[in-house]
Amino acid sequence: MRYMVMHYQTQEMEDGVLPSAEQQAAIGQYMQEAAMSGVLLSGEGVSSSSEGARVQVDDGNVRVIDGPFAEAKELIAGFAILEVDSLDEAVEHARKFALLVGTERVDVRRVVEFEDLQRGR
Amino acid sequence: MTDHPELDQRLATLWRVESPRLIARLMRLVGDLDTAEELAQDVFVAAIEKWRQDGVPDNPAAWLNTTARFLAVDRIRRRDTRRGKYHLVAASQPQAVEHDPDEIVDGDLAEDLLGLIFMACHPILSPDARSALTLKLVCGLSTDDVARAFLTPAPTIAQRIVRAKRTLAAAKVRFELPPESERPARLDAVREVIYLVFNEGHSATSGDQWIRGDLCAEALRLGRMLAALTPSDTETLGLLALIELQASRLRARTGPDGEPVLLLDQDRTRWDRLLIQRGLANIDRIERLGGTVGPYALQAAIAACHARATVAEDTDWERITALYDGLARISPSPVVELNRGVATAQAFGPAAGLEVVLPLLDVPGMRDYHLLYAVAGDLLCRSGAHEQAREHFLRAAAITRNGVERRTMQGRAAECVAGHALST
Repeated sequence: MRYMVMHYQTQEMEDGVLPSAEQQAAIGQYMQEAAMSGVLLSGEGVSSSSEGARVQVDDGNVRVIDGPFAEAKELIAGFAILEVDSLDEAVEHARKFALLVGTERVDVRRVVEFEDLQRGR
Repeated sequence: MTDHPELDQRLATLWRVESPRLIARLMRLVGDLDTAEELAQDVFVAAIEKWRQDGVPDNPAAWLNTTARFLAVDRIRRRDTRRGKYHLVAASQPQAVEHDPDEIVDGDLAEDLLGLIFMACHPILSPDARSALTLKLVCGLSTDDVARAFLTPAPTIAQRIVRAKRTLAAAKVRFELPPESERPARLDAVREVIYLVFNEGHSATSGDQWIRGDLCAEALRLGRMLAALTPSDTETLGLLALIELQASRLRARTGPDGEPVLLLDQDRTRWDRLLIQRGLANIDRIERLGGTVGPYALQAAIAACHARATVAEDTDWERITALYDGLARISPSPVVELNRGVATAQAFGPAAGLEVVLPLLDVPGMRDYHLLYAVAGDLLCRSGAHEQAREHFLRAAAITRNGVERRTMQGRAAECVAGHALST
């Protein structure tokens, strides 16, 4: 089964402070280790919300709001998709990532599969 | 096992995630597999003792690693002491037992893991032993898991693993990275194990299930590991691309009653886009690295032709036939020839396909190969030779060991009778 592991922005990331050399090395080490464990399918990180936008729909009216957005900690900073046996296994990988990279929050969510949609029919 | 079910589950997960690298690191430190495995067990026993009292630490992986290194250092020191090497030092400085674990360099995890993989796939072991040992050591599966995966009784697998380890010990195989000159052959042996495991899952030779998804998943994990450990090895990338592309179709290969659905009849919207994307990206990577004409990369290129066709009618059969012609040149085998026949029939008609396929019926090793009769039956059926087709389908049904396939073949034979009645 697949899990999407998402980590959240810190205020520093949101302020556009580039990760220090040590942090970059830590991220590199994590990605390398995750690849070596054979579970990493895909992953990306995103830049500060000042370079992004939000599409907001209220009562069918669409508004496009340019970044930056308040509440840095509510913003996703990146994701990885892991192929693992269980939620527990995904959590162990997320834990390592959180400790190595120094993010404050990582959400671990199961990816919806075709079979889930079949059941909903 | 503890009396804390939650802790048990945590430990089982940690064993799955951490034990391969733990054993790999320990093997580099202590040199032999038996001691490394025994120490890894000791680390988990220590974890149970400690964590039952204090709870699981925030970073259990780091704890396991530190403890493993500590136990290894302790073991090496005691071994050396026994040999009398440090006898004098130990006697004169009994206080100096405090050993800083950091004195032993962590080394390169990639090399450690590669060493473990090379050992588990050692050419002196039988293919069965290599697969079992690899799933246990490199994938971190329990003996019971391995037994379930291979539909083999646990005691049989346990014995197979014990015997494999005894063979390695008797041959004095220690932790080693083979010299550059031997590497290609050793990597070939590893790829063979991975592809065997994948194929056993992809098209189960026994049991009542057509696909064993758990075996495919382990093979994919191993393939990704090996590709991460040898990032510029084009044949390994070829193998990974091949199995990811084949796995992308797993969901579409089975019908509602568990029956196999042939490639051209599959609902392609059910193919796994992420695996296709990864497979095609690895094929691009092979090109960027200068290309290869190895058998896995060629088969991956064939699988990519299917992956690129959003509807079956768009399949570039001429390209596939050309790739099979190439494959038949570099690694000729009756099975490749059979597939070449299928592709040729698609590109140039059933008569052209039969020209390639029918001579295979005289190849001794192919007489019990059910797929040959299934293909021959299909091509004969398409050229209107219904009675001959029926005989071949019935032969395929009689020799397959897979229950689902048998019923499919019997069904095709019955259709032939109907087709025959229709055309006469």
